[in-house]
Amino acid sequence: MTTTPLAARPGRAWWRVPPRHVPVLATAALLLVMYSIGVAQYQAFSNIQVVFNVFIDNGFLLVVAVGMTFVILTGGIDLSVGSVVAMTAMVSASLLGNGLHPALVLVIALLLGPILGFAMGCVIHFFDIQPFIVTLAGMFFARGVCTWISTTSIPITDGFWTSAAQHRIHLGENFVSVGALIAVAVVAVAAAVLAYTRLGRNVYAIGGNQQSALLMGLPVGRTKIAVYTISGLCSAIGGILLSFYTLSGAPLIAVGMELDVIAAVVIGGTLLTGGSGYVFGTLLGVLVLSIIQTLITFDGTLNSWWTKIVIGGLLFVFILLQRLVGIRTK
Amino acid sequence: MSTVRARAAGVTSHRLFWPLVVLVLLLVANAVYRPSFLSIELKNGHLYGSLIDIVRLSAPLILVALGMSLVIATGGIDLSVGAVAAVAGAVACLYISEQPDQNSLGVVLTAVALGFGVALLLGAWNGILVAGIGIQPIIATLILMVAGRGLAQLIAEGQIITINSGPYKVIGVGHLLTLPFAIVIALAVTLLVAVLTRRTALGMIIESVGGNAEASRLAGIRSRRITFLVYVVSAACAAIAGFMMTANVSSADGNAVGLWVELDAILAVVIGGTALAGGRFYLGGTVVGALLIQTLTTSVYAMNIDPQTSLLFKAVVVIVVCLIQAPAFRARFRRRRSVPVTPVEPVGTEKEQVPA
Repeated sequence: MTTTPLAARPGRAWWRVPPRHVPVLATAALLLVMYSIGVAQYQAFSNIQVVFNVFIDNGFLLVVAVGMTFVILTGGIDLSVGSVVAMTAMVSASLLGNGLHPALVLVIALLLGPILGFAMGCVIHFFDIQPFIVTLAGMFFARGVCTWISTTSIPITDGFWTSAAQHRIHLGENFVSVGALIAVAVVAVAAAVLAYTRLGRNVYAIGGNQQSALLMGLPVGRTKIAVYTISGLCSAIGGILLSFYTLSGAPLIAVGMELDVIAAVVIGGTLLTGGSGYVFGTLLGVLVLSIIQTLITFDGTLNSWWTKIVIGGLLFVFILLQRLVGIRTK
Repeated sequence: MSTVRARAAGVTSHRLFWPLVVLVLLLVANAVYRPSFLSIELKNGHLYGSLIDIVRLSAPLILVALGMSLVIATGGIDLSVGAVAAVAGAVACLYISEQPDQNSLGVVLTAVALGFGVALLLGAWNGILVAGIGIQPIIATLILMVAGRGLAQLIAEGQIITINSGPYKVIGVGHLLTLPFAIVIALAVTLLVAVLTRRTALGMIIESVGGNAEASRLAGIRSRRITFLVYVVSAACAAIAGFMMTANVSSADGNAVGLWVELDAILAVVIGGTALAGGRFYLGGTVVGALLIQTLTTSVYAMNIDPQTSLLFKAVVVIVVCLIQAPAFRARFRRRRSVPVTPVEPVGTEKEQVPA
């Protein structure tokens, strides 16, 4: 790893933040500032339901961003996520329409994403082709499957799906959806995997320096294939959550989602060169993106394109910040 | 016998061999499906025909891919070309739409100059981020890719600007010397870039920066200036492509102009044999790659396959071409050279079709 543990550095004050934590803390600070602005400007913003709605509306984005964090931590990139989300939703909608049992549909839909991810990981590792190109082909492929299934939106009327979509879990006066809870659970599991398992350590090691990881005898190939499979799995879960949320499968849904996801991961403080970042940061990044959208919705006078410009501006600020704290000078 | 085999091996290992084979196969498939495909006729002094159409439609992609080749040669990548094309098109169309006489040549030239100027500024912004501040190219241009779309919509205030300007339309659908004007522009820019990079030392300098920027700097090359320059050139190429795309339909839609053109351009460059790692670039290969992608799209339309499904074909072709070109893949199959062609392609296809 690039930084030695705190304890190993004598003379360092306890309040000094290790440089690798700075981007995450900056994101957290930004989130707080934005939330305070919202609360100060709009009375309804202080309602705790606003926060829950953020999770309800962006649960699928959060899950996909978690998968992307794994890939980016190894120094790779996965452009196929948006299409895989759409493909999963589309396949579930069409299979449910054909009267298949929901449990079976769930299993099939959750298998497709990881299989595609596994195949892409194998091509990337065994044939040494850039992840950018391979996942780009994967993106075209999954989107093609969507439109091959149907060029129009397929509604979902299945009982299990509609009850999952409409069921409200009450917490005091407020409520969250099933999807939001699943998203939070995925974040927790992913954070634990990255922090406490061998796979997690390998992911950081490969992102830090693939050559060193290989020389240390770490299973580089297996880990690389694993992260693309994980990303595929997360996209598949995201697709299911999206189909809960919209109760339909549409061939052109989630177009360009990969950009939002990458932006969220970068704003969350993960380095695109790999080796440094946290799932918690990604959570904050997704929250920042959704609070921007909520603020712009609350304002009412700003047009939707301001979202893009603000996200672009934030990306710039955070990338500049990463340079300034100089986590890596490459 | 052995010389024949050696010569055959030399031909098949040429980087353009497989892309050209795929291109020819596509053309043959089209010709078989529709015999009139290959015919070119002269009407009113203009050339018409499917082949001409393919080249005309691929003109914007060729332009964008040319700029992209140079950027990739320095080891970078430019994701913002689609957004830059949209902004340039929006600026030009906005200016034209505000003038009383949209058909005046002066107005159109001013509009194009304005759009071009804005694009150069955007390119310079990318260049400063990458060469000046030292941000990774993929993220630096991601900023403009996201924000540029918003900017294009901001310029057009969320509307689709429609114009009615004869001279501007010429850029997209006009003719010059029997050839569509778009082809002439693409040809001219290709020749210009080729002469500037291959008849001077510039091309080699760009490649050396891509090979090792620091070593090039120590050898006396202004690495940063070259890196900065390629992003500006890429934006300029994207702007011309943006004019073509908006002129084609006489309107500028900030959301739709140049959508995903960056991905197609990167594919064209990679299919043409330029490695994403940088250090080498092949302009001829890039042009072949762009033509291949456009032919694929057009064939899918012509064969009455649902246009959306063309993405499936694209995915398969991309992965097959990339696999065949990958050294690791070739090495794996070198042992079975006795049947060199047939085992290679099905493997690539199968790999992708597993999840379906």
